[in-house]
Amino acid sequence: MRNVFALSLLVILLVGISMVAAQDSTMMTSLGDGEGEVSIVAWAGYIERGETDPAFDWVTDFEAETGCMVTVKVAATSDEMVALMNEGSFDLVTASGDASLRLIYGNRVQPINTELVPSWSAVDERLQNAPWFTVDKDGDGTAEHYGVPYQWGSNVLMYNTDAFGDTPPTSWSVIFEEQTLPDGESNVGRVQAYDGPIYVADAALYLKAHNPELGITDVYSLDRDQFNAALDLLRQQRELVARYWHDAFIQIDDFTNEGIVASSSWPFQVNLLKFEGAPIDSVIPEEGATGWADTTMMSATAAHPNCAYLWLEHSLNPKLQGDLAAWFGSVPSVPAACDGNELLGPDGCTVNGMDEFERIDFWRTPTATCQDGRGEICVPYYEWVSAYIGVIGGR
Amino acid sequence: MTRPLRHGEPSLIRRISTYFYQRPRLSLLVMLSPPMLWLGVVYLGSLLALLIQSFFSIDGFTGQVVRQFTLKTYEQLFTPANTDIIVRTVLMALAVTVVSAIIAFPLAYFIAHYASKRTRGILYLAVLLPLWSSYLVRVYTWKIILAQEGIITWFFNVLGLKPLLDSILNIPVIGGPSLSFSFLGMFIVFVYIWLPYMILPIITALERVPQSLIDASSDLGARSGYTFRKVIFPLAFPGLVAGSIFTFSLTLGDYIIPNVIGNSSYFIGAAVLAQQGTAGNIPLAAAFTMVPIVIMGAYLLLARRLGAFDAL
Repeated sequence: MRNVFALSLLVILLVGISMVAAQDSTMMTSLGDGEGEVSIVAWAGYIERGETDPAFDWVTDFEAETGCMVTVKVAATSDEMVALMNEGSFDLVTASGDASLRLIYGNRVQPINTELVPSWSAVDERLQNAPWFTVDKDGDGTAEHYGVPYQWGSNVLMYNTDAFGDTPPTSWSVIFEEQTLPDGESNVGRVQAYDGPIYVADAALYLKAHNPELGITDVYSLDRDQFNAALDLLRQQRELVARYWHDAFIQIDDFTNEGIVASSSWPFQVNLLKFEGAPIDSVIPEEGATGWADTTMMSATAAHPNCAYLWLEHSLNPKLQGDLAAWFGSVPSVPAACDGNELLGPDGCTVNGMDEFERIDFWRTPTATCQDGRGEICVPYYEWVSAYIGVIGGR
Repeated sequence: MTRPLRHGEPSLIRRISTYFYQRPRLSLLVMLSPPMLWLGVVYLGSLLALLIQSFFSIDGFTGQVVRQFTLKTYEQLFTPANTDIIVRTVLMALAVTVVSAIIAFPLAYFIAHYASKRTRGILYLAVLLPLWSSYLVRVYTWKIILAQEGIITWFFNVLGLKPLLDSILNIPVIGGPSLSFSFLGMFIVFVYIWLPYMILPIITALERVPQSLIDASSDLGARSGYTFRKVIFPLAFPGLVAGSIFTFSLTLGDYIIPNVIGNSSYFIGAAVLAQQGTAGNIPLAAAFTMVPIVIMGAYLLLARRLGAFDAL
């Protein structure tokens, strides 16, 4: 038994050492020939080669042009992405705002030389220096870019047009406060909220607008009092919510079969339900909304750096950006993609939230060090998890 | 060209075999060490690593695991929000086990004692058939069956019994806006999913009750109810306990059904997943995992006292 104990300790020790021993790497200055392949860790639906729907294919042409064969590893969560990148055998990753900083500070990704990405200048200026991938890690006074923006999007308030009639909701209050909806019935048991700890930020966003005395400036940097106020609001919401959602297709089923009429949601579900002819619409309420912005980042140990750079350039192709936005219900990081894309349509970008950028609080991982400069008084993410589990359980 | 073997110089294989024949303890060691290594390192080793993890804690600032002995994580485990999860899971497991046993026993009794050979085959098939399709498919199907717009609600409506369904759903705690949003619905799905694991051991146990004992009991003047209570049930009881181990432990660890059906309240499995996968709080996830291990340990000890393993 003692041997087993020693062995377990050894394994734990080795894992620990290998985590610390990650190396830093420098930026590339010139491109060589392609290596013939590139491997990408991506969200489902992000790298399509026409296998799901032949109209959505932005890989085949790239492979024919550059000779770089693309392999995709689909990841379901940000944590999975970080874990996969820690293995070090992938070239690129489409990281969301919560994973990107972890990857940067964990020395898992390398700075990108934007001069080697000709389309960089076409990237939406609002995204070019976004804080979730632009960091001055080496402390020389100029921030490095640890990737190329891919797509972004916003959470929306999805609602049933039969229940709301001529008065669509304008505030998140329909899912936070008990009230009678325009169809004359109470909202108790007919609204949903997201089943993920990051949803605490949505409560904070609501409080930021309605309880200014709490002094919330950044919904991802909450001190103890602000955090507790958000939890109180969520407890109040628990009385209204029959069931939380985390799976897009279960939510679609709940709106179809369970009489749910309002919920926080993604454009993806809205588009799908509308496409099926359901009486569904969505709005970004007056308080604003939380959202996500993804960045294609390059591994510090990328085995195919030239193909990786070629893909980074290709990822900004307006056709790809427009098609992807249509497929995923997101917004392109290249504004030129909004014009003349057949799949996206003339209003696609506006529908998906192009003009709402300023009203969106993009997702970041809460840390004990407040990200709005108030010091070490904020509640870290792992506490958000425990607290939200408690709220859902009725505590 | 091979040299013919001379007498007194046996082949290598023969020499090895003789070597082991003369040392029975060594041959036992060689035979058993691979499975023992598997059991010891892969199986118990991982459990031990888990146990060790649960005595670490997570650093509030960096979110990194601090590899130092502490009981802080167990302190966290016994906060009200987490004990709620444990109590909720154990109560559900108990309810599922009891009701599965009540449903399974008569069916198993019929299959073991009354059904003709042909009917028995069909009934066996009927019990096993659900296990042939994917667990996920069956759970998602139940979500649709139990939905507000689903067939069960429709059926109650057609029969004019909607008020009855509503009054059931209005019962506090187990009720909810619809069957698929309530603990009651989750309970129904749990029973459906784990029932075969209860039926099969009971059938096996009942088939082993000798007909002669039952005949003797009635020859001695016992009524059928008395025979059942004093002869059949005690002899079949170990099968019941064995089945309950399955239903109890499977319910205790399941995390998919609570994710699809019910009111989103966490169960132990889902809490482990959230703590490990979302929060990166591996120590707390490990501490949570220790709970079913401890409960099942106690349960198995009790089962042994009740004679569930006597027939092994």
